[in-house]
Amino acid sequence: MSFLNNVITGVSLGSIYAIIALGYTMVYGIAKMLNFAHGDVIMVGAYVCFLAMGNSGLPPVVGVLLAVLVCTVLGMVIERLAYKPLRSAPSLAVLITAIGVSYLLQNSAQIFWGAATKTFTPIVSTDPEARLWLVPGQLSISYVAILSVACCVVVMAGLTLFTGKTKMGKAMRACSENKAAAQLMGINVDSTISMTFAIGSALAALAGVLMCSAYPVLSPTTGSLPGIRAFTAAVFGGIGSIPGAFLGGILLGVIETFVKAYISTDLSDAVVFAVLIVVLLVKPSGLLGKYVPEKV
Amino acid sequence: MKKKMSKSARNGFINYGLVIAAFFVLRLLVGAGKLSNSLQSLLVPACCYMVMAVSLNLTVGILGELSLGHAGFMSLGAFSGIVTAVALQGAIPSVPLRLALAMVVGALVGALGGVIVGVPVLRLRGDYLAIVTLAFGQIIKNIITVLYVGVDGKGLHIALSNEALRLAEGGTTIIKGPMGAVGVTKLASFTAGFLLILITLMVVQNLVNSRSGRAILALRDNRIAAESVGVNVIKYKLMAFVTSAALAGAAGALFGLNYSSTVASKFDFNTSILVLVFVVLGGLGSIRGSLISAALLYVLPELLRSFDIAEYRMLIYAVVLILVMLCTNNPTLRSLIEGLKEKLGSQKAVREGKGGGANE
Repeated sequence: MSFLNNVITGVSLGSIYAIIALGYTMVYGIAKMLNFAHGDVIMVGAYVCFLAMGNSGLPPVVGVLLAVLVCTVLGMVIERLAYKPLRSAPSLAVLITAIGVSYLLQNSAQIFWGAATKTFTPIVSTDPEARLWLVPGQLSISYVAILSVACCVVVMAGLTLFTGKTKMGKAMRACSENKAAAQLMGINVDSTISMTFAIGSALAALAGVLMCSAYPVLSPTTGSLPGIRAFTAAVFGGIGSIPGAFLGGILLGVIETFVKAYISTDLSDAVVFAVLIVVLLVKPSGLLGKYVPEKV
Repeated sequence: MKKKMSKSARNGFINYGLVIAAFFVLRLLVGAGKLSNSLQSLLVPACCYMVMAVSLNLTVGILGELSLGHAGFMSLGAFSGIVTAVALQGAIPSVPLRLALAMVVGALVGALGGVIVGVPVLRLRGDYLAIVTLAFGQIIKNIITVLYVGVDGKGLHIALSNEALRLAEGGTTIIKGPMGAVGVTKLASFTAGFLLILITLMVVQNLVNSRSGRAILALRDNRIAAESVGVNVIKYKLMAFVTSAALAGAAGALFGLNYSSTVASKFDFNTSILVLVFVVLGGLGSIRGSLISAALLYVLPELLRSFDIAEYRMLIYAVVLILVMLCTNNPTLRSLIEGLKEKLGSQKAVREGKGGGANE
């Protein structure tokens, strides 16, 4: 039973990673850049929700919507101010800028909200009694876990439909394939990239709220490690692939939970990152990614 | 071509000269008692950070790959250096020799770390090195936090808990898990730091000016073109990256042996970013820039401590990173700055009564 319980914990943690990884993967697929600040957008989302619910006493739904709204705008502003001017620059310059943005967000959060960790108020009850019992007394699922998995499935299905069926989604796929050709076909590349950042950041806000509901500690560096783990998940599943991010996220969550349960809590990050190195060594394109040859 | 070579050689000699001059001036100041104790205590770490900056510049500025785990290599060097120094305490009484050996071991372990990270990652296209080095720094921190290392008559003992160490009578524990290395005899000296900077300069400058260095620069500027004229991509990338990691390891050993206790969390992501800021602000690819910006930026915050700037320091660094990148890489901003420079230059030339634009 403890095995099944661990699987449940792992899947719910993994679905949060999957939501973050979807943001990474979309931005990477279209802007071809590693958005290091993604993890810190998660943190901002969680803080906004925390403040809305705690200080203003707004209902959780409003808190979440507010967080999503703020992060969407934040993501677009970051893209406009920091990344767009560097679209033709070498990737090293973009990476260093992204690191700068990530650092800027962390340190601004520290100045605005203080370095002390805060206890997040979960958006759904985490009372030990308030959970769904599958086998009474032995096997249970917390409501947060159910909500996380549900959100992840909805987001994943929504994104698949969005990129497959809508005009904007088609524009996104075209941009990820060949920006110059897409522009010639009359696609507004700038607004497509901006839209991608908006969607990614909105997902980050959602993930931040879910993560802090499941593990209620909030500090300016809350987002950075989950961000890197989610990136690992995105690479694991194949970066640029939406189902890949989903699969990678779930697998990574399960691996992390198992390492914590059966090996050592201190070593869970070491194992997760070892997975990243092994994946890159064995199958650099990831589980569901496809190899794209380079054009000269 | 010949003229250009002599220019780079001259640049190298200027760097040596600067470092040597700075060393003797500081020595004189220390001797004359003009340097406060708190400033004197900054000398060795400043040397370490200068080596860190020059070595990171080799990866970021000269190879053109972003490494975010430079502190991880420093950490490897620090702890392996400390273990070496303590383990050889009985066998080698001479302090300089022991320190030198510790730094050599630190460099070797750092290089080993560089190979482990570099081999899988440098084969790939894309920005994987950044994230993997970042992850690597985290792994090193985690592993050292659970590691217990002790030494007794029979040799080194490594375990995951204090009890499992099973040291014989008279053995000492060197690394105590989360507490890190405690009770270390300080071996580091300013002279050692100075020599390490000189060695670093020698290694990096000679590498850059060699055939391999030109191959590395070619890879940075255009990987596909370099590959098509027969440059072995993995070999040269690995060469630069491992050299950089080894130098960071040596700097780490010196750093670790400068304090009586060292914890793994000292070498975290923030430290890596700090060194990256030194490199970016000094100028990507400019070794002299790295030396100067590391020395200044390391000492400056300590001097400004009374102004309560610490809180905003990292925020300022973040803004600096973004602005430097935007100003040097955005076409509009760059042409704007160049236009400004030209204007200023021509005004100056007019003032001095010379024709403009003849200095290039």
